[in-house]
Amino acid sequence: MASSSSYNSPCAACKFLRRKCMPGCIFAPYFPPEEPQKFANVHKIFGASNVTKLLNELPPHQREDAVNSLAYEAEARVRDPVYGCVGAITFLQRQVQRLQKELDAANSDLIHYACSEIPTALPAPPGPSSIQSMAPRQRPIDHYDRIGMGNEGGYYEAPSFPTPYNLPWNDNLSGDNNAGGGSNM
Amino acid sequence: MISGRCAACKYLRRRCPSDCIFSPYFPSNVPQRFACVHRIYGASNVAKMLQQLPAHLRAEAANSLYYEAQSRTQDPVYGCVGVISLLHQQIHSVESQLAKTEAEIAVLNSLAQEPAAQIQENEVEATFNNFLLEQDIIASRRFSHSTYISSNFI
Repeated sequence: MASSSSYNSPCAACKFLRRKCMPGCIFAPYFPPEEPQKFANVHKIFGASNVTKLLNELPPHQREDAVNSLAYEAEARVRDPVYGCVGAITFLQRQVQRLQKELDAANSDLIHYACSEIPTALPAPPGPSSIQSMAPRQRPIDHYDRIGMGNEGGYYEAPSFPTPYNLPWNDNLSGDNNAGGGSNM
Repeated sequence: MISGRCAACKYLRRRCPSDCIFSPYFPSNVPQRFACVHRIYGASNVAKMLQQLPAHLRAEAANSLYYEAQSRTQDPVYGCVGVISLLHQQIHSVESQLAKTEAEIAVLNSLAQEPAAQIQENEVEATFNNFLLEQDIIASRRFSHSTYISSNFI
């Protein structure tokens, strides 16, 4: 049965749900028929009615970003049913920590050199930032404070949820790519 | 049993069976945990996801689901994807800082090895700027690589 609105083919959501795609379908702008897997993943993880509720709570100009982030999370959860995209977060946090340590060590070296005798014909360092720690102490993005991810000390830290994730790359911080967060079915 | 229901069964107003899939991960003393997860995923989706996993992985899965649900509740547009974006930005920023610091160290190192050389101030600055340019290129490549790696999680 080929149901369609007057001039458009049904969106991926309505095709998946086997229903008529009405004008004004809330899914249609964000789930084009050419990307069936996008809605399939979102439906599997969140469910159509939950997505509808989430989108209805948002102003229209934010819905596309919301759908894309939901699709990202859903795909991550499909690929890694145990950790989802939390696995990526943990990996990136470790990377930030490692880089922070490298930067601290480099800054110590720089201070060491700066304190030792050097020729006077030396360019001035480019501003105080060269011997400061890095940007995470100046997080400009306000909405991360809203989600309780404030950090007083320096680099980004996990929010204060108990998340003792034991990931395969916990002690391998050489930038190895291992997306498998211990999931198996 | 009416007493001893887990948070999920209390929320769903149903009996809590002895083999309740939710009970080990949604204890009754933390009601907001299930409420949050239910709001984003729904009870049946959570139950399906947990049932598809071996028992020893379900606690981790429940924790990560709660984390994501909480992020989505607090940031309905980006959820924890916003956290990932922020971390990418932080990594880029640290790598740039690191590259510049290493460039400065390299210049100081080279000056320290030739203390008696008559180096003009503009030559030193040119050397320094060249190092900065090289290190910026290296930092950009490193950032692209780390972005590639984290994007390969999906």
